Amino acid sequence: MPGLEDLYREIILDHYRNPRNRGELETPPAHRVEGFNPLCGDEIVVYVDLDDAGVVTDIRIGGQGCSISQSSASMMSAAVKGKTTEEVAELTRAFKAMMSIHESSLEGSEAEAAEQEALANVKLGDLEALRGVVKFPVRIKCATLAWNTLAQGIEESNA
Amino acid sequence: MAVAPPSDPLSGTSLKADFPLLSRTVHGKRIVYLDSAATSQKPDQVLAAMDLYYRNFNANVHRGVYAIAEEATNAIEAAREGVRRFINARSTAEIIFTKNATESLNLVIQSWGRANLSDGDVVVLTHMEHHANIVPWHMLAAEKNLELRWIPLTDDGQLDLTDLDSILVGAKALGATAMSNVLGAFNPVRELTDAARAAGAISIIDGCQSVPHSTTDVQAMGADFLAFSGHKMLGPTGIGVLWGREELLDAMPPFLGGGEMIRDVRLDGFTCNELPWKFEAGTPAIAEIIGLGAAVEYLEALGMDNVRAHERALTEYTLSSFSERFGDDISIHGPADSSLRGGVFSFSFKDLHPHDLSQVLDQHAVCVRAGHHCAKPLMKLLGVGATARASVYIYNDTSDIDSLGDALEQAGAFFAF
Ligand SMILES: Cc1ncc(COP(=O)(O)O)c(C=O)c1O
Repeated sequence: MPGLEDLYREIILDHYRNPRNRGELETPPAHRVEGFNPLCGDEIVVYVDLDDAGVVTDIRIGGQGCSISQSSASMMSAAVKGKTTEEVAELTRAFKAMMSIHESSLEGSEAEAAEQEALANVKLGDLEALRGVVKFPVRIKCATLAWNTLAQGIEESNA
Repeated sequence: MAVAPPSDPLSGTSLKADFPLLSRTVHGKRIVYLDSAATSQKPDQVLAAMDLYYRNFNANVHRGVYAIAEEATNAIEAAREGVRRFINARSTAEIIFTKNATESLNLVIQSWGRANLSDGDVVVLTHMEHHANIVPWHMLAAEKNLELRWIPLTDDGQLDLTDLDSILVGAKALGATAMSNVLGAFNPVRELTDAARAAGAISIIDGCQSVPHSTTDVQAMGADFLAFSGHKMLGPTGIGVLWGREELLDAMPPFLGGGEMIRDVRLDGFTCNELPWKFEAGTPAIAEIIGLGAAVEYLEALGMDNVRAHERALTEYTLSSFSERFGDDISIHGPADSSLRGGVFSFSFKDLHPHDLSQVLDQHAVCVRAGHHCAKPLMKLLGVGATARASVYIYNDTSDIDSLGDALEQAGAFFAF
């Protein structure tokens, strides 16, 4: 069975201890969005600032949560800063693909297979450390909370 | 280590042997089950009773004339009598089987509430209620424009009854839990029901946590309704109980409509069956009712005063051994006095998030819950998003508490920054 080391990699604990981009941004111009994990009561607040070209010029993270949700948010904030919303969307898809329990594409179309392959080539960097979360299915929601919240924030600020 | 608690009538009798699940291992270690406030384990006696029904007299109840249908009917009505005796109700007409405590509360709130409450009426609840005794009131309040008032808490997690009488002025109903599933606090139910009656309000008591762990006497309690769930008292899931005073139940409109709850159905209407069947529409959870009957017999054989004494001793052991072992690293919510509380311990340990903590505990086969425990308003009051919660029952002993302590130590070491 998977051990704690599979879940709590050193880099995760580092982001938990020293979260990057903690804080708030002025709204507007930034957009503020909250996310909840009903399972554990965790709340996350994402402040995201997009420029006219759709680039994430700044991001801040607030709220409280477990080491997995907090470190995922911290890594996400570092990874998306300076990226366009299209790049963020691609990174989000790649991250969520890593977080999903693959059911070896049973009858997936060729297009889907190509998409999977493209996502597999997206560089996740530090985020790779969260790969072990898949072995602890109840914690997947902790890892994806920040990403879903950011996606919602971007959608709302584009609306 | 703390001295052994003075008098534990159940110590030495190893009840663990009656609970097959407790002999299994998880991650290669003996399971340490400390989540009975969420659901209890089930003894062989309960499993056997349910199995016997399915193997020997599985038939629908109440309308069959053949032998096994009669046996099934007799079995569920015997269980109803067992539950009546267990809570000292006056009559089996007052024992209504539901799916769980949540359904029991919804039944009262919808049926009694719709018939008796109107615009601007006041309902008083406590700040430590489970969502099951909050959300149905919010639903009705939105429809009927009710005013909800809340009894506040003291700093050590008891009801603050200082202004009870003024809070109750004009109230039509009081809803209160007899024991908090987060703080462990036992509430002074009689004081609450007396005050409610004096104010002209009925009282609806959530007995989910109290009924499995202490003697229940609905007549001495002075309440009008009591809700509880079978699965927290050694019984199966899918079966709950609503006790209500017969006069009130009689006057209430039915909740769900269908078979079983009718006396007559015509093209232009229907008439209700008599109590308790009036509130039991459709085929009941026959095996589960039988299982609950067996659970009640098991608890009666132990004696509920002994159950309470055992858990009180274990509570004292937990509070004293943890404070000795962990000092300020642990903080346990709720009253410190074991006479005021049961064996439910919501705690924070160092600055570990409950989710991370319970993950490490799981590696040591220690089962505790992490979350808001369906009491978000209380969590907000405590200033936390979630807590870890350990809770004990008859089959737990000091070795389980020690295992929890050992696992906490490991968790502290793992996350030591
Ligand atoms: C105090 C209290 N009330 C109500 C409930 C709801 O019980 P059930 O989910 O069995 O309906 C619970 C169980 O968690 C509880 O602890």
